[in-house]
Order: sequence, then structure tokens, then C-alpha cells
Amino acid sequence: MSDMEETEGHPSPAVPHRVIGTPPPSPRLLGSTAVADGGDGDGAGEVAEAEGAEHIVGLPPDDPRVIAHAKRVERIVAACFTFAFIAGCGFIAAYVGLGVHSVDKTLRSNLALGTSLSLALVALGLGALLWVRHLMPNVEMVEERHELRSDTKDRQAFEEYFKEGAANSQFVKRPLVRRTLMLGTLPLLAIPVVLLRDLGPEPGTSLRHTVWSPGRRLLVYGTNQPITPAEFSAPGQSLTIVPEGFTDNPDALAKATVTLIKFRPGELNVPTTTDGDTLIGTMNWTVDNIVAYSRICTHVGCPVGLYEQTTHHLLCPCHQSTFDASTGATVIFGPAPRPLPQLPMTVDAQGYLVAKSDFTQPVGPSFWERG
Amino acid sequence: MSDNFDIPKALSGTGGWLDDRFHGARGFRVLMRKVFPDHWSFLLGEIALWSFVILLLTGTFLSLFFVPSMTEVTYHGSYVKLDGIRMSEAYQSTLNISFDVRGGLLMRQIHHWAADLFMAALIIHMLRVFFTGAYRKPREVNWLIGIGLFTLGLLEGLFGYSLPDDQLSGAGLRIFEGVLQGVPIVGTYLAFFLFGGPYPGDIVIPRLYILHVLLIPGLILALITAHLFIMVHQKHTQMPAKGNTEKNVTGQPFYPYFLAKGGAWFFFIFAALALLATFAQINPIWLYGPYSPVQISSASQPDFYMGILEGSLRVMPAWEWNFLGHTLSLSVLIPALLPFGLILTGAAFWPFFEQWATGDKSWHNINDRPRNAPIRTGIGMATVVFYGVLWAEGANDVLADFLQVPLYTITWIARVLVFVGPVLAFVITRRICLGLQRKDAETLLHGYETGIIRQLPNGEFIEVHKPVNEEGRAVLEAKKVPALMPPPGSEDANGVPAPTSRGVLGKARAAANRAFAETVVIEADGHGNGHGGDGHGPEIVVGEEEEAVGAPGSPAQLPSGDEDA
Repeated sequence: MSDMEETEGHPSPAVPHRVIGTPPPSPRLLGSTAVADGGDGDGAGEVAEAEGAEHIVGLPPDDPRVIAHAKRVERIVAACFTFAFIAGCGFIAAYVGLGVHSVDKTLRSNLALGTSLSLALVALGLGALLWVRHLMPNVEMVEERHELRSDTKDRQAFEEYFKEGAANSQFVKRPLVRRTLMLGTLPLLAIPVVLLRDLGPEPGTSLRHTVWSPGRRLLVYGTNQPITPAEFSAPGQSLTIVPEGFTDNPDALAKATVTLIKFRPGELNVPTTTDGDTLIGTMNWTVDNIVAYSRICTHVGCPVGLYEQTTHHLLCPCHQSTFDASTGATVIFGPAPRPLPQLPMTVDAQGYLVAKSDFTQPVGPSFWERG
Repeated sequence: MSDNFDIPKALSGTGGWLDDRFHGARGFRVLMRKVFPDHWSFLLGEIALWSFVILLLTGTFLSLFFVPSMTEVTYHGSYVKLDGIRMSEAYQSTLNISFDVRGGLLMRQIHHWAADLFMAALIIHMLRVFFTGAYRKPREVNWLIGIGLFTLGLLEGLFGYSLPDDQLSGAGLRIFEGVLQGVPIVGTYLAFFLFGGPYPGDIVIPRLYILHVLLIPGLILALITAHLFIMVHQKHTQMPAKGNTEKNVTGQPFYPYFLAKGGAWFFFIFAALALLATFAQINPIWLYGPYSPVQISSASQPDFYMGILEGSLRVMPAWEWNFLGHTLSLSVLIPALLPFGLILTGAAFWPFFEQWATGDKSWHNINDRPRNAPIRTGIGMATVVFYGVLWAEGANDVLADFLQVPLYTITWIARVLVFVGPVLAFVITRRICLGLQRKDAETLLHGYETGIIRQLPNGEFIEVHKPVNEEGRAVLEAKKVPALMPPPGSEDANGVPAPTSRGVLGKARAAANRAFAETVVIEADGHGNGHGGDGHGPEIVVGEEEEAVGAPGSPAQLPSGDEDA
């Protein structure tokens, strides 16, 4: 019931228990002044001076309570700004005093610089906010909006002048001039596009080939050493392979990188697959239950970097295309449209793993000319 | 308090000098008195603006030290863990900015955080503008500029993210290249022209750099300028409130109020970014290592604003179409174009669609409350859910790990949700909006429930209601319902057939119009609140009695002098 007593007979500010929409700005100690503005004056008339219509809602500015409050706020604002000065000086001191050139020192410097900068900025913001909210009188202005549409007379005048100009220019009357002008500017408009032609070479057939060629050795990524089937004998193992002679060539590596996987006898079963007349997958390209697949995902080209031994799944960490390495890297989930191409592989005279040929199909993402 | 003072000579002299030459006194006075309405949601666009200012400041600093070059060097710098490693000059200079330039790490991290905040603020600002209908006539052009800014912001962020040439940004660039290759007919050419040959080449970073520091920020700056000029010229919208009309704008003047508040807001935003940069590490490229096309790290995530593209790529099944020796890579094309295409094109056309459907050609300076436009709010929420599902799917591996749910299950849930979610969101939001409208109508009619039960002289118990005060009434009564168009087949006084009469399009328009015009109306004498004996019992209103007497829906009045029940 006490709730009831409070609400009755006190229209504001206790009455609205629930506020709909934006609450009106809370009444301030300094009082509110409403100012009616005559408008922004882009009409013909003078800027109307209607500022006489002020009325103060709160306490008068010379009320001792108001003066005391303002004095207190003034001191707080000044303290904020002084603090900002100190923090700002602290930033400069930290810049001069704290060196970098190692991780620890950098982190220390970052902490000191960042903290002092943040404090200076917070203090400035807080000071400004208190200033505007507690020291400036609460002026509210009402501005009239003017119709954005020009009045009909102006529109007509514009239209007439435009017509007159068009007539004087003879643009309408002389189609020969008009049309040849348009003709003349056409190539100029095309030139910015034409100039872009030399941004790069034509793709040609380069997306169909990699640097793998018959007899090129498979090198282990990182050590750049060739490898024999005997050295790679633990089933479940996988290695990242780069082509001999191109270990530092990002353009070559972006297409030619290969994943090498060793299986237990009987687990690897690459079905013989053809694309038209081209052989694209076969057990004949494996050596000792070791198979080589392109490491470049057929979706958008991320390296298919994750291999799970137990399920023989190759997973691309970018978009989770999943390939079954035991059956020719066929797609079992995800957005990749095709299996990872298999690299034809054999051993050379020294017993090292080498390519039998280039991939027999384009590696990496699909492209329009791929077919 | 001495409020009268003379303007210092230096200031008045300079002002006079300038006015002699530019005739600015009147124009600037008008500008100084420009009224800024007060509402928290009007600060969202400002966050984007100030973030952009901070991006320009920190970006200029970074460009003094960054070397946009893909030339390979061997690193021997302060970060000893990478000593002797071959890397691009771009990556090396980013390491140097981080570890050898005082304040460099701070500026780098502020820059990155500011970019994220810029995009986040843009998105939330656009949502605010959409849900309140602030894009309506006369502000359609500013809405379109906003969509342009968002698109440019995406590109600007993507390119900037790619510049340091670390492992993570390289993966992003690789995906970008793969998507480019998927474009029909010209895809391979686009990729080869951008990268100057086969991926990755040695020229893409200098090219992205000049786009990132000159072309795109220039365009963004131009569009922001246009956006602000149009806003000043057309004046702000305002929220429905007492005294606010379509023909006025109420608030505080630019000078000195908004100047001080805006300044404070700038300092606060800068401070928040500085705090984040100090205590929340972002993009620690030294941990990722230099880019190599051979390597990849798991759980690679782009910045959040690219998450929807990433999620779209992940959610897509492996569709591809081979015909006549060509390949149409649908599993790349659809995710790359469809989600953003739908959202941005849809957003661009929405104001015009709404005008077409409602037939409303008048200007709107008072914002709608979202509940009062159920179709718009429903479509907005459907879009939010569509975006949200794809965005979350962009982190499906992280989600799977976090929730301990199989990865493929997450993807399948997303595949279903991306279709079902928006529909559900639309239906539920529309119902909620209509429900809230009903509540508003009842509040207008009966006032608030006070929870106070009183016994009438005849023994009946009733609940005391309190009428809505003037402020509340102004808000509740601001609801505007689009007019129902004349039915198909009808003609107006001049014999012109109704716009809904023409063919299939006319039928569609009639249907859209009916949907937009749907509203909740409560008859003043129809529904009780269920507290009376028969559901139509006397409604008791207390409080401001004079006002309550005339208010609708107060058929009975509590006798005065009976205050204490």
C-alpha cells in the first residue's frame, strides 16, 4: 500500500513506474531551458529569433545548492583533466624510458604505453562528459523542419533554365555533334580497363600442370631430404612432400605439395579410375602401400593438413572437406567436389621415391576451363 | 558567475578575417545551432565514425614502418624464435613494428581492434536504422550509401588482414584466390591478373597495400562525408516522444553540447580500443609464422565480419556442374555470392519495396518502434538469424570442439537451420510484435495494472489501473499503420483502376499491402481485462483524475475520498 501512497498526488517524477520508449532526460539541478529555434534559415526570411521562450524547470542558477553542486563538479572535472595530463606525461615517460627489442620488454612497454594512453583518454572523456552534463545548463531546442522538396516555382524556373541552356548549346538540335561526341569518349572510357591488361599473364594451361616430372624425387618438407620406402615404413605415418629443385619456390609449392601416407598391407585400395581416356587413380602408382595425394584441396586450395590414422581420413582445416585416403582420397564430406589427385609414384635406381609423371589432372580448386 | 565576457581579440580578429573572405557567420551560426536528438541508439553510427578516424590515425603510423614487399629475406630480428627463418619483407616489417618500434605493437593492435569495431558498429547501426525504419523517405540515399560503406569496409578489412603475410592471412588469401578461380568465364583471368601470374606470385601484397591505404579508404572517406552532409541537410530522425512531430526536431544544439558530448564519446571509444590493445592480444602474427603455401593451422578463423562467407563455404554441399568442357563450381560460387548478395541487395531494395507495398510516399522523420512494423521487424530478424547461422557455421570446428558434438552434425544442423531458422524467426517475431502492439493498445485503453486490489461498495473486487501519462501516451500513440489500398478491381473517383488491379504484380502488391497493413486494434468498449465479473466489468482508473475522466476505457470512476482500500 505504501507504493500506492507514493504514486498518488505526485505527478512527477514518481508517477511513471514504467517508462515507454526513451525516458526523458532526468531533471537536473541546474534546471532545464527550452529554446525554440526559428529554423535553419535557408528560406527567404531572416533566422527567427525566438529564444525568448525559455523557461527554467529546475532550481534557479543562483540557488546555493546549485552553486555548491557546480563547484563540486568543477573540481572533479578539473581533477579529470589534470589526471589526463599526468597520464599523458606518463605515456611520454614510458616511451622514453622503456625500451623494446625483445618479447618481454615489448610486452612491458605495451602495457605501460597502453595503460597510460587509456587512462588519459578515459579521463578526458569523463571530464568532458561531466562538464556537459552538470555544468552546462540543460538547453533543449526545437528546430522546425522545412519541406525538402523545392517549391513548384523554383522547380519550373530550373526546368526552364535547363531547357534554355540545352537549346543554346544546340545539343538537341545537332545530333551529329552529339553522337560524335559520345563516339569520341567511348574509347577513353575503355582505356582504364584496357590498361589493366598487363596486370598478369594469361593463365593458359598453367593451372593444369605442376612441376612434377618423371624421375623428380619426393623430398621431405622441412629437411628437404629424399626418402626411401624402407625409411617410411611405420603404418599410419604421413609426411608432407615437396618436389626436388623447387623447395623454396612458393609458386611451385602452391600446387605441387603432396601428402605421403603409409598403410598397413591390405588397407590401401585405390580403385582404378579414369577421366575419359586419362587414368587418374590406380594401385600401380603406389609403392609398398605408400600413396601420394595432392595436398591442395580441390575446394578452394587450402593445404589438406590433417590426417587421422585410424579412419584414414584426410581433413581440410579450412572448410572441413574430408577425403578417404584408403580409397583414392574420395570425398566423404564437405564442399570439395572432387577427390585429391593422386601423384603417380615409383622408386628410382637409388631406391628413392620419385614421381612417375606429373599429376594426370589439374590439382586444386575448380576453374571454368577445367572441364 | 560572470556569463558575459568579451571574445578574445585573437579569436574575433581571425573570425572577422575569415568572414570577410568566406561570408561564413550566418552559415556557421546555423551549423552551431544544429539540433542533435538524444537517444542511445544514435551513438552507434558515431562509433563507426570515430573508429574510422582512429583507423586513419593508427594506419598512417603503421604505414611509416610497414614494407609492402614480398621479397624474401632471412630474419635476424628481436623475435629470436624466428631467427634465421626465410620470410617476406612484409612479414619481417610487421615483426619489426611489433618488437622494434616503440608503441608499434600498441598501434598495430589498436588498428586491428578498431577495424573490428568499425565493422561491428556499422552492422549494429544498420540494424538500428532498419528496425526503426529510419531509411524511409527522404533518407533512402543515405541508406544506400551505408550499404556501400559496409561493402567497402569488408574489402578494406580483408585486404588489410592479408598484408602482414603471416600463415593465417595467407590462408585467407589462398581462399580468396580459390573463390576467384571459381568465377565463371573470367575467373582464372581475374586470379592471374590480381596475383600477377600463378598464386602466390610476388606482387599481390604491394597491390593490396595500395588498395588498402589509398583507394578504398579514399572511397570510404568520400562516402562518409556524403553520408554526414546528407544527414545534416535532411536533419536527424527522432524517436517518438512528447512534443516530437514529423515537422520538428528536438534536442541539444551542436555547439557547445554535442561538441562536448561527441568529443567525450571519441575519447571513450579511443580509450576502449586502447584498453583492448593493451590487455587483449589480437592477431599475434609472430605466433602464426610466415606464410608458406605448404602449411596450414587448424581452427583457422577469419576476422568476424568475414565469418559469414567462411560459414557459407563450410555449409555448402559439394555441387559442381561439368558441361561442354567447362566447370561451374557451384560449391564456391553460391556461398561466395548468395548470402551477402541476398542480404545487401535485399537491404538496398527494401525501402523501395516497402514504399511499393504500403503505397506510402510521405516523409518520415519520427522513427517507428520495431513492434509497430511487424513485417519489417520479422524480415529483419529473419536476416539476422540467416546471417547468424552462417556466421556460427564459420566456426563449426571450434563449436564442435567446444560442445563436444561431431563436426558433421554441426554442419548438418547449420544446413537445416539456414533455411528453417529465418522462417521461424519471421513467424515468431511477427507474433511477438503483434502481441506487444496488443499490450500497447491495452495500456493506452486501460492504463497500467497497479497490482492493487480494491473492494467496491457493492462488494466486487477490482484491480486499480493507472492511466498512461502524457509522455507514455505520446510514445504509444506514435504508431502508424500503412493504409490498406483499395481492393483489386475498384476504381477511384476519376475512374483510374486501383494499383492492385494490374495482373500478377498487382495481386502480389495487394497481398504485400495486406501484410503490411496488419495491426492490432482494440475497441474501447469491447474487451475487458478479465478481472471484472463477466469480463466486461467496470474499469477503474486512479491517479490524475481530471485526465482519466475523459480517457477512453474508463467507464467507471472510483469515488474520491475512498483512497485507502
